[in-house]
This record gives sequence, C-alpha cells and structure tokens, in this order.
Amino acid sequence: MPGTIWVVAETNADGSLGKSSTEVATLARTLAEAAKGDAAGIVVAADPKAAADELARYVGRVVAIAEPKADGNAWAQVAAQRAAAILTSESPAAVLTGAGPDGRDVAGTLAALLDRPVLVNATAVAWDGGPSVEMSVFGGKLVTTSTFSDGEWGIVTVRPNVVTAEKAGSAGKVETAKPAGELELPLVPIADRLEEAAAALPIEEARVIVAGGRGVGGEDGFKLVQDIADALGGAVGATRAAVDSGWIPYAQQIGQTGKIVKPQLYLALGVSGAIQHKVGMQTAGTIIGINRDPDAPIAEFADLVVVGDLFEVGKALLEALRSRP
Amino acid sequence: MPLRIVVLTKPVPDPAAAAEKLGSDGRLDRAASPAVINGNDEYTLEAALKLVAEHEGEVTLLSMAPPNAVETMRKGLAMGAHKGVLVSDPALAGSDYTSTVAALVAALEGLEYDLVLAGFDTSDGVGGVVGAAIATKLKLPYISSAASIEPDPAAGKVRVKRISPTGFDVLEAPMPALIVGTQLLGEPRYPSLKGIMAARSKEVATKSLADLGLDGGSVGGGVARTKVTGKEKPPARGATQVVRGSAEEGAKAIVELLESRRLI
Repeated sequence: MPGTIWVVAETNADGSLGKSSTEVATLARTLAEAAKGDAAGIVVAADPKAAADELARYVGRVVAIAEPKADGNAWAQVAAQRAAAILTSESPAAVLTGAGPDGRDVAGTLAALLDRPVLVNATAVAWDGGPSVEMSVFGGKLVTTSTFSDGEWGIVTVRPNVVTAEKAGSAGKVETAKPAGELELPLVPIADRLEEAAAALPIEEARVIVAGGRGVGGEDGFKLVQDIADALGGAVGATRAAVDSGWIPYAQQIGQTGKIVKPQLYLALGVSGAIQHKVGMQTAGTIIGINRDPDAPIAEFADLVVVGDLFEVGKALLEALRSRP
Repeated sequence: MPLRIVVLTKPVPDPAAAAEKLGSDGRLDRAASPAVINGNDEYTLEAALKLVAEHEGEVTLLSMAPPNAVETMRKGLAMGAHKGVLVSDPALAGSDYTSTVAALVAALEGLEYDLVLAGFDTSDGVGGVVGAAIATKLKLPYISSAASIEPDPAAGKVRVKRISPTGFDVLEAPMPALIVGTQLLGEPRYPSLKGIMAARSKEVATKSLADLGLDGGSVGGGVARTKVTGKEKPPARGATQVVRGSAEEGAKAIVELLESRRLI
C-alpha cells in the first residue's frame, strides 16, 4: 500500500527552511522512492512562501499554510494542529519531523492529536513496508531497529546530521491551504525576544568542532580552543563541566544534556570522554584527543590521543597549522 | 498563594554503570542495570524545589515504572520533593509512547497542580515527545526548552524563558501549564543527610491501572504499536593511536592524521 510520506517542516527566523528539514525532506524522498510512493511536505508559518518554495526542491508536493498565529506564539503546537488537519484528510504512509526541540514538540503534539505511535531520534531509516528505524540507545552501546506494527502508520523524529540534504532533480508543486477552523490548544504568546550574541557557527552544522573540557581550566584556555577552531575553520564545543563553570555558553555544550553532533572532525582538548559527553559526539568522523591522562575514557574511542599538556600541545598544533603552506 | 508542582521523573538505567541491555523480548532488562532518576528530570526537580521554597507549596514526583522504582524515587524525595505517585501495573510492561502518555495523563487527572514539569528528554529513550503529548491530551498551555520558570501564583500566570536559535523567547501562559525544562534551570542539589532521613517517611502512593480508571487491555505491551525488530552493536571504531612525547611531536601526529584524511 504505497502512500505518501509527509514531512512537517521547520522554518528559520528569517523565513527560510530549517536545515534539519532539508535533511528530513531528503530522507522522505529517498523512502518514497523505495516505497514507490510520494513524498510531500507541510510548512506552517505566518509567511510560508520562502520555506515552501525551498521545500519543493526536495519533495514533489508542498502544502503551505499561512497561519498568522504561527508568529508571535509558541510555534510547534500551532503548526502541529494545522498539519494534523491536512494529514487527517490524506492517508499518510508515515510522517517525519526533526528530532530537535521544535521537531519533538511537533511530533509529540501530532501523536496526541492523531492518536498515532511515535519512533524517536532515528539515526537511519529504511523502508520495509513501513519505516524501519535505527536508533542509537544506551549511550551508543547498542543500535536497535524498530518498526510500527502491521497496518499502523506513525511519526518518526530524525536526528540532525544523519542524512545529507540533497535537492531533487526537479522542483515540486507548492499549493496553498487556508488555516481551517479554530485552534483548540491554548496559544502561548511570546511576550519578548532576547537576542544573545550567538556563536558564529552553530555547532550542529559545523564540519569541524574543537571542544574544551574541564582541563581547559577557564575562559583564557578557551581562547586557545577558539584559535585552533579558527585555524581549522570550525566551531567551538564544550563539555557540561566547562559550561557549568561559566567558561562558555550552554549553546556550545555537547552531550547527553547538550547537543548531539556529527562533525567530520572532533578535536577535544582536556576532555575525558565520560559517557555523558561521549553520547553527543561518538559518531564524529575522526576523533582526536589531547589529554594529560592516558587512561581517560576518550582513549577507548578516539582515533588518536596525544598524551600531554593541552596548552603546550595546543600551541604547537596552532603553530603547525598556521605555518602550513 | 502556594504552588502545587508535579515533576515527571523517569527511573532510567544508570548511564554511568553502563550495564544496560535488552531482554530477548526487545525490552529493557531492568534487572541488569541499577536505576537512577533521569538526569534531565533532576534539573526540573531542582527548579520546582526552588520555586516552592520561594512561593511555598508542594512538589509531587510522578513516575511510571515497575514497583521497585519507589527506591529510585526516594532520591527525589531526599532532594526535597514532598511526596511521590508511582503508576505501576504489570499490564504496563512493554508500553510504547501512546500507553505511557495515557497512563501519565490518567494520573495527572487525579492530581491538583499549577505546574507540571518534565525534563528535556530521557537518557534511555532520548525521545523528548512525552511532555508535548501530555499537554495536548490535557489541553494545557505548553512551553518547552525552558531556561527559567517564573510563576506568579496570585495572577495565575507563569513566565518562561525558552531557548531559541537566536537567544531566548519570553513566553507567558496561564496556569496550570506544562513546561519542559533544560539544564539552564540550574545544577541539581545533592540530597542532605537530613533530606535522606526525611525521605524515608515520605509517602509514595502506588497507583494501579484500576486505581486510575484505565482498562489493562487498553495499554501496555499487548497493544503497543511499535516493536523492536533487531539489535546490534554499532560498528567498532578503529584502534586508537596513542602518541607520547614532546608537544611538537604530538602536534605533528595530529597534522599528519588530518592531512592523511584530507581534513586540512
């Protein structure tokens, strides 16, 4: 029973399509090809045009819903309600969202509104009569595969950075739909927006991450981490200990209570590699640690560990990188 | 005006013990690993404890888990929560998200509260979807990714700083509301000796499905709509190269590896 695989997309503050949605839409198209079905997307925003046009580069059909209340209120539940109305009148084969904060909220709300099962935090999805979802569990010790029961369709949240976004050969069609009916869930208005000096490059999107841990010792130490990141064209990450010490903002934290990243290169300075941090970065392409303690857990899963003083090795590395032709 | 706060706390296998395994039925083998309160739930519990210290009131822990979870919940009581409610029933074994949400919703319908707090996600499931689903079922105002929670009990409102991609959104909702917290709520306290002693006599009410008015056939593994079809160890990473020597030798080894993998 081939049906349509739907994506509920997220938008950026400037109205463009969220990066995770480009990944999720690429996945939906790949699965639709395997299922011999179609891929489609839903954009809910006050002005959905830009994101909808962009989403149509990834999937064959996009429904754009101009919902003024999507701006100025908490977005996810508004979007989920409007998406639910569309999905109810279609017969989805599956619905995909990102597994970031907004995607989770959309998925949880949709599941409750439509009474559908959920599979979460997919690291890979294949099609086998329905989505066959790989998840990394127990801190990366085990990979499980799960499916929905026979005859059920459900919602899958997809981890960032596990799919490489790729546009389709030709652009899909965008149709507009008016928001129909009242919103039944309480609106939560945004009273104020506080801008924070953000890192130049969000760590989830960085190809290279240079991370500092407790061993970095303070804000001064993070200057060295930043310098190395700059030399490699990467972003700065940190462990919870470094964030809790106030050396670096929470937005840079990697691990169980921070972000999960998958850069091509992860260079860790003074990071022991405890399980709570490891779960956030263990799928990085190449992992290098600079650590005084040769028995630190990072030595069990890094490609290279340099045993030594991180400041001395770090400075020597910086010099070596800068003197390259 | 005192605040009544329910904190959702999930007993999870201790990530630090690293002894987790799945049973042959694809479910977590709970006997194999010691349980702890989910790390992210401790941040929301800490926030709740600070709020009732400021406004007066009561913090209730709500868990759904096997009967021995009472012991795990004692740590939350030792941190300062006033009482616990444990939803526990053999029929709940193997619950998927839908059943978990149904059981927690039924339990919340029997409690009085101004705020329900949930952690960002759990270390075992890493889903982070239960809070939104519960709020939807109960039609509660819902705010996620909270960095701070400021209730105004007299006005019946709560103000929340939510982490946004560019900083924070400040959101306002009437209470009761359901809020999903983050680590920015603040470092959880350690239980004091006095707290540990006091926790022994605090009440944990165990609720069966019948107590909640739920039919055993409507939830649990028997009606789960997701199933685990396979498990395997992730592909092993290659051997670790360890370099000792001068700082320059260390730096050289790094540059060589980066060059060989075309990372620079």
